[in-house]
Amino acid sequence: MSINVKAVLKKYFMVLVLVAVLLAFHAVTGGKMLLAQNINNLISQNAYVFVLAAGMLLCILTGGNIDLACGSVVCFVGGIGAVMMDHDLPALLAVVVMLIGGLLVGAWQGFWIAYIKVPPFIATLAGMYAFRGLSNVVLQGYAVGVRNEFFLNVFGGGADCYVPDFFGNGELNITCVLTGIILAAVYVILVMRKRIAAKAKGYSVEPFYSTLIKAVIICAAVIWFFFKLAQYKGIPTSLIWIGIVLLVYSYITANTTMGRYLYAVGGNEKATTLSGIDSRKVYLFAYVNMGLMAGLGGILTIARATQAQPTFGQGYEMDAIAACFIGGASAYGGEGNIFGIVIGALLMGVINMGMSIMGTDANYQKVIKGLVVLGAIIFDVLSNKKKN
Amino acid sequence: MGKVILEMKNITKTFPGVKALDNVNLQVEEGEIHALVGENGAGKSTLMNVLSGIYPYGTYEGSIIYNGEECQFQKIKDSENKGIVIIHQELALVPQMSIGENMFLGNERGKKNAINWNETYGEADKYLKMVGLSESSHVLIKDIGTGKQQLVEIAKALAKHAKLLILDEPTSSLNETDSRALLDLMLEFKKQGMTMIIISHKLNEVVYVADKITVVRDGSTVETLDCHNMEIDEDRIIRGMVGREITNRFPKRENVAIGDVNMEVKNWSVHHPVYTERKVVDNVSLTVRAGEVVGIYGLMGAGRTELAMSIFGQSYGYGITGTLTIHGREITLKNPREAIDAKLAYVTEDRKGNGLVLSNPIRVNTSLANMKGVSEKGIIDVDKEYAVAVEYKDKLKTKTPTVEQNVGNLSGGNQQKVLLAKWMYTDPDILILDEPTRGIDVGAKYEIYCIINDLVRAGKSVIMISSELPEVLGMSDRIYIMNEGRFVGELNADEATQESIMASIIQSGRE
Repeated sequence: MSINVKAVLKKYFMVLVLVAVLLAFHAVTGGKMLLAQNINNLISQNAYVFVLAAGMLLCILTGGNIDLACGSVVCFVGGIGAVMMDHDLPALLAVVVMLIGGLLVGAWQGFWIAYIKVPPFIATLAGMYAFRGLSNVVLQGYAVGVRNEFFLNVFGGGADCYVPDFFGNGELNITCVLTGIILAAVYVILVMRKRIAAKAKGYSVEPFYSTLIKAVIICAAVIWFFFKLAQYKGIPTSLIWIGIVLLVYSYITANTTMGRYLYAVGGNEKATTLSGIDSRKVYLFAYVNMGLMAGLGGILTIARATQAQPTFGQGYEMDAIAACFIGGASAYGGEGNIFGIVIGALLMGVINMGMSIMGTDANYQKVIKGLVVLGAIIFDVLSNKKKN
Repeated sequence: MGKVILEMKNITKTFPGVKALDNVNLQVEEGEIHALVGENGAGKSTLMNVLSGIYPYGTYEGSIIYNGEECQFQKIKDSENKGIVIIHQELALVPQMSIGENMFLGNERGKKNAINWNETYGEADKYLKMVGLSESSHVLIKDIGTGKQQLVEIAKALAKHAKLLILDEPTSSLNETDSRALLDLMLEFKKQGMTMIIISHKLNEVVYVADKITVVRDGSTVETLDCHNMEIDEDRIIRGMVGREITNRFPKRENVAIGDVNMEVKNWSVHHPVYTERKVVDNVSLTVRAGEVVGIYGLMGAGRTELAMSIFGQSYGYGITGTLTIHGREITLKNPREAIDAKLAYVTEDRKGNGLVLSNPIRVNTSLANMKGVSEKGIIDVDKEYAVAVEYKDKLKTKTPTVEQNVGNLSGGNQQKVLLAKWMYTDPDILILDEPTRGIDVGAKYEIYCIINDLVRAGKSVIMISSELPEVLGMSDRIYIMNEGRFVGELNADEATQESIMASIIQSGRE
C-alpha cells in the first residue's frame, strides 16, 4: 500500500487543498462557511465558472490556447437575450438565439485561429474588445431587466430558482436528499459494473480496497453536499445545468475521437497531422464549443442577475482560465480533465466566499486569488520536474 | 606512454531505483583521442555529466583526478575553469544571434555589464579560423548549416581555453562530408596537443579517429582497447558492446515472393515551400513491388524525407508535379488522411518531433492513425483500443510493463516499435520507413529488421530511407541512390557495394 501513497497524494493534491481550505474557513468563520445557504450560493454564484471552464479546457488542451473573449461574449449574448425578452419575444426563442449566437462567435474566432493561423491570444484579444463594444451597442449602454418568469425559473434567476420539493413538509427538502442518494447509488453501480466487465475481460484492475475507499469518499461527499442543499431551499436550477455540462464534456474528453484529437494536437500537433487528423478542425471544434459555452454562460448570468448590463462578464475569462490551471490542465496543452476544473472552480469559489464572509478587503481577495493560481502552477511544474 | 591527464576512479552514480554507473574506471592520456562507445543507456553520457560537474560532487561516489589533483566540481563553470569543456549532442546555439554572440554567450568579452563588441567579434574570428570556418562571426546562426554550427560549437569550446574536449555524438546530425571534415579537424587538434573524448554510435568514425576505445555496457566499463597495439575493427567493438558475437547484423529473408508493382511514382518534382523557386526533389521516378524492400540511400539533405512526405498526402512542399500510381490506379493524395486511406503509411524520421505524442500512453499512440478501427460514430471503444495496443505490443515485443505507460518514458528502440505499431494498425500495403533505426541500439535494430522482414513476407511493400550504408546494403532488394534531389543510381542488391554506391554519388557531383 505504501508504494502508491505518493502518486495518490499528487493526483488528488488539489482535492486535499480544497478540503483543507474549506475546513480552515469553517474554523475561522466560526462555522459560517459550511452553512447550507452558503453552500447553495457557492454553486449558483459560480455557475458561470464551471460552464466557461468546461469550454476553456478544450481550448487549453489543444496547446495551452486560451480564449480571452469569452467574458465579453457572455455579456454580448446575454445582452441580445435580454433585449429580445424585453421586447416580449418568447424565452425559448431567446435561448436558442443566445446559444446560436455564442456558437457563431466561436466559429468566427475559431476560423481565424484554425485556418488563417492567427495566434489564439491575439484573435481572442481582438474578440474581447469587439464583443465588449457590441454589448454596449446591443444594450445601448443601459441595464436591461429580464422579467420573463419561465426563463428565470429554468435558468436559476431571481428568488425562486430551486427545484420544487415534491414531497415537501417544509423543514428538509426530501427531493434533494433523495437525488443525492440516487446519484451516489448510480455512481456505485456504474463503478462496480465497469470493474466486473474489466475483470471478465482479463484487464488489470486497481485493488478492491482502492475502489472501495474512492467510492465511499465520493458517496459521502455527494450525500453530504445534497443534504446541505436540502437544509436550505434544495437544488438550485443552475446546478442542473452545471451537471449536464460537466457530464457531457467529461464524456467528450474521455470517450470520443474528437476528445482524443484535442489531447493529441496539444501533445504533438505534427505527429497528429501526419496521422491523418486535420488539426484545423480540432481547433475549430474547441473554439466553437467555447462559444457555445459562452452562450450558456450568458444565459445563466442574466438569469441570476435578472438583468443584463454592459459591464457583465468582465474577468469571467480569467476565472475560467484560472479554474483550468488550478485544476491541473497543462499550460502547454495535452493534459487536463473535467474533474480537475471542477476542483479548480470550487477552490476559487470557496476562497472568494470565505474571504467575503470574513470581510477581507476586496483588493486583498484579488491578491490571494493570484497567489493561489501561481501556487497551483508552481506545484505542477515542480512535481513534473521531479518526475523527469 | 603519455602522461595520464584524467583518471576517473570507481565512479558509481545512482538514480532513484537505478544504478546508472557501477564502479566505472576511465583513464585518459594527454594528447590522445579517447572514444567512449556503448549501447543507448549504457551510461556514457552520465559519465561525462559526472565529469563536467552537471552532477555535482557528492551526488556520486568515486573520485576524479585531473592533472594530478582531485577535483570536486560543483557546477559546469568549475570544470570549464580547469579546461574541461563538453559539447553536447544537441547544439546549444541561439539561432537568431550571430556566431560571435553565441560563442561568448555567458562568457561575454568586455567589462562587467558592458560588452566590448570589437573584442567579441575579433576574438570570435580568431577562433573560427582555428576550426577552419570561413564565415564572418557577424553571420546569424540560423543562416549557416548544421555542419558549420557544429564547428561554431567547437570554436566556442576553444574560446573557453579547452584542454580536454568532450564531444557527445558530434556527427549525429552531420552529413558524410561534414562528418569527415570534423573528424579530420579532431586529428589536427590532436597534433597540437589537445586531449579529446568522443562519444559516438558510428563505429567507423570511432575506428578512424580514436587512439583508445573504452566500451561501456550496463553502467560498467567492459574493456579499453588500444588501437595502436592491435587491429580493431567494428565487429570487435560490437562484440564488446553487446557482450556476444553478432554474427549476422541483418536477419536473413528467405522465400519471399516478389509480386506486382504496388506503387509507382513518375517524374516527381517538389519545390521548397518557402523558397519556391528551389527544387528539392527533381524528376524522381521509383517503383516498389509487393514483398520487396526498396532502399533509398542518400546523405542528409539529399531530399529523401522531402520526397517521402510529398508522396504522403503532400505533407511537404509546393508545386508538386508528377504522377503517383497505387495498385495500378493513378491518384492524387491531397492530405495524410487520403494517403492512409490509399493504404500508404509514412513512419516518420523524427519519432519524438513528429511521430509520437510523448505525453500519451502507448494505447493512445497505437490507435491514433486509425481511430475508426477502435471507435463507432465518434465514440471510442476503450476496451478494443486496449486490446489492439496489447496485440501490437506482443507482436513487436515492445518492452513495457503496460500499454498505459506514457511513450515518453520508453527507450528509443521501444518508441520506434510503438511508432511502427501505429502505422501497422492502419493496415497499409506500402510502408515508407524514414531512418527506422536512427539512434537505437544494436539489439533493437535487429528486432526492427525482423519486423521489416515480417512485413514483406506478408506481401507488403517497404521503402526504407536510410543514411547508414551497411543497413541499406544488408536489408534492401533494390537500392535507389539519391543526391541533391535526384536519383543518381539504381542497383540490385547483388550488385551493390559500398564502393559502387559512393561512386555513383561522387560521379553525380561532378556532372
